[in-house]
Amino acid sequence: MKIRLDTIVKTFDTFRAVHGVSLEIESGELVALLGPSGSGKTTILRMVAGLEYPDEGAIFFGEENATDIEVRNRGVGFVFQHYALFPHMTIGENIAFGMKVSKTRRSTAEIADRVADLLRLVQLDGLKDRFPAQISGGQRQRVALARALAVDPKVLLLDEPFGALDANVRRDLRRWLRKIHEELGITTLFVTHDQAEALDLADRVVILDKGRIVQTGTPEEVCRTPENAFVMNFLGDANRLRATVTAGRASVNEILFDAAGIPDGPAELFFRPADVIWREDGSGIPAVILRVIDRPDSKRILAVTADGQHVEFDTAPEFPFRTTARGTLEILRPRVFSTTPA
Amino acid sequence: MARRILPGLPLTLGITLVYVAVIVVLPLGALIFKAASLGPGDYWTIISSDRAVASYRVTLLCAAAATAFNLVFGMALAWVIVRYRFPGRRIVDALVDLPFALPTAVAGIALTTLFASNGWFGSALSTLGLKVAYTPLGIIIAMAFTSLPFIVRTVQPVLEELDGALEEAAQTLGASDGEIFAKVLLPQLFPAILAGLSLSFARSLGEFGAIIFIAGNQPYETEITALLAFIRLEEYDYPASAAIASVMLMAAFLMLAITNILQTRALRYTVKG
Repeated sequence: MKIRLDTIVKTFDTFRAVHGVSLEIESGELVALLGPSGSGKTTILRMVAGLEYPDEGAIFFGEENATDIEVRNRGVGFVFQHYALFPHMTIGENIAFGMKVSKTRRSTAEIADRVADLLRLVQLDGLKDRFPAQISGGQRQRVALARALAVDPKVLLLDEPFGALDANVRRDLRRWLRKIHEELGITTLFVTHDQAEALDLADRVVILDKGRIVQTGTPEEVCRTPENAFVMNFLGDANRLRATVTAGRASVNEILFDAAGIPDGPAELFFRPADVIWREDGSGIPAVILRVIDRPDSKRILAVTADGQHVEFDTAPEFPFRTTARGTLEILRPRVFSTTPA
Repeated sequence: MARRILPGLPLTLGITLVYVAVIVVLPLGALIFKAASLGPGDYWTIISSDRAVASYRVTLLCAAAATAFNLVFGMALAWVIVRYRFPGRRIVDALVDLPFALPTAVAGIALTTLFASNGWFGSALSTLGLKVAYTPLGIIIAMAFTSLPFIVRTVQPVLEELDGALEEAAQTLGASDGEIFAKVLLPQLFPAILAGLSLSFARSLGEFGAIIFIAGNQPYETEITALLAFIRLEEYDYPASAAIASVMLMAAFLMLAITNILQTRALRYTVKG
């Protein structure tokens, strides 16, 4: 089912959570809403579910305007961050709940079969008679997913589904969710503040800041061509150096970088920690090493440029230089963004 | 010592045992001892006398009615206090405890004044042909008044702790409001409701001060068991008084035991396995 949001606005008391967001999600697509806390991503998800009501704008499911359809009739599956399993029901009863309250009558045997199928799908066979308090967090989230899928939702919505889990469990569950999505092909929208999760899982990433969409694209597009400083910063570690743009060239410490299309005036040069080559002498930006941090697969070097700006970059573990060593930084794949507000 | 937990087991256990022994067990033991001074035949005659049985019936039926009333009203009150924000909410919240703080005799006199046939409520109700003071209805009202806080104060904290996401989850799964209440909320509130009911019922069984003013105290009609025990006491018939009191004691024990069993069963899902 295709979902379309048309200039959605939502205000809580005096706080405007969502400013005119428009978005299209194709049928069968897996889309991530990515943003820091307060960016409005959860509010958008809840409006798609019908748990919040937009002040302005409309939400379409396929060709149908779903804005005024009640949650219980909207046909969405919703997975909550803290699972929201019914604590007094067994795993089996939790999964069966939606089928039992459904207007479509199903026989007890039909429901039992479907519960067994879903338990197999989420790889929890044998836990049917446990209570939620008796299983792990990762298992609970899989039960929550099975419960949401039990009612054959048109759309699957997940609110920070792995936010409360350990790093290892998160990674496993991500891969597993991707697999399930490929099997079922159900249109899925999920919210996360973790860029790694969004890039790992989604067909398309929607990056939000302060209630607005700042960029939409495939993981490749948002990683390789971030449209502004916010996206650049939010997607991963980024260094930032002050620059001045004149006639399409950005100058940092008198070194010039390509800045085609950037208006003249103050700007910032961004680059990833992996995109730096350190040389003992050369034509790069002069800097001094402040600290060397050892990591399992690399070294992270903290350095300061001649004009006092801090830079972090990654090198091979064999990097021989130590604190106070002097050298120059050659910057690969730099990006220049104007600091004058558009 | 592996681990110290303030203020230490010997001290707290000691205080607990002394308290239970002196304040709880000793008086109850004396009561049973006194009742036991009667032979089984005499004991049975006293506790199964027509007047005593009538008093049990009045007390139990009125307590059950008062508890049922409080179940509905107390739940509604707890719901409103927890779920909504309205002017005066904190005042309502504070007023709930008033029946605890008010001397029950004062409550009894106030209720009698209001519900007497020339009182504010009583005169209005009498035009409808309804008589409250000096009838079992009056007993029910006095019992309901003094035991209301139990239901509110046991349900309220559990209601506050309920995760709102559970109701939202049920909504997304297609449940109606009625189904959400019956299948999601009520089962989770049930242990607290049970605790509140048993406390409310126990308090109603034992209530004395508020009732004797409004009840009229007609033997066989509006005489509660606690009053009958008191009357025997005033007649210096201590063993008879103790015998009647022991019936109330057993009823209270039985009810609390049943409540505990039901509660354990209702909470079995919280046990980690």
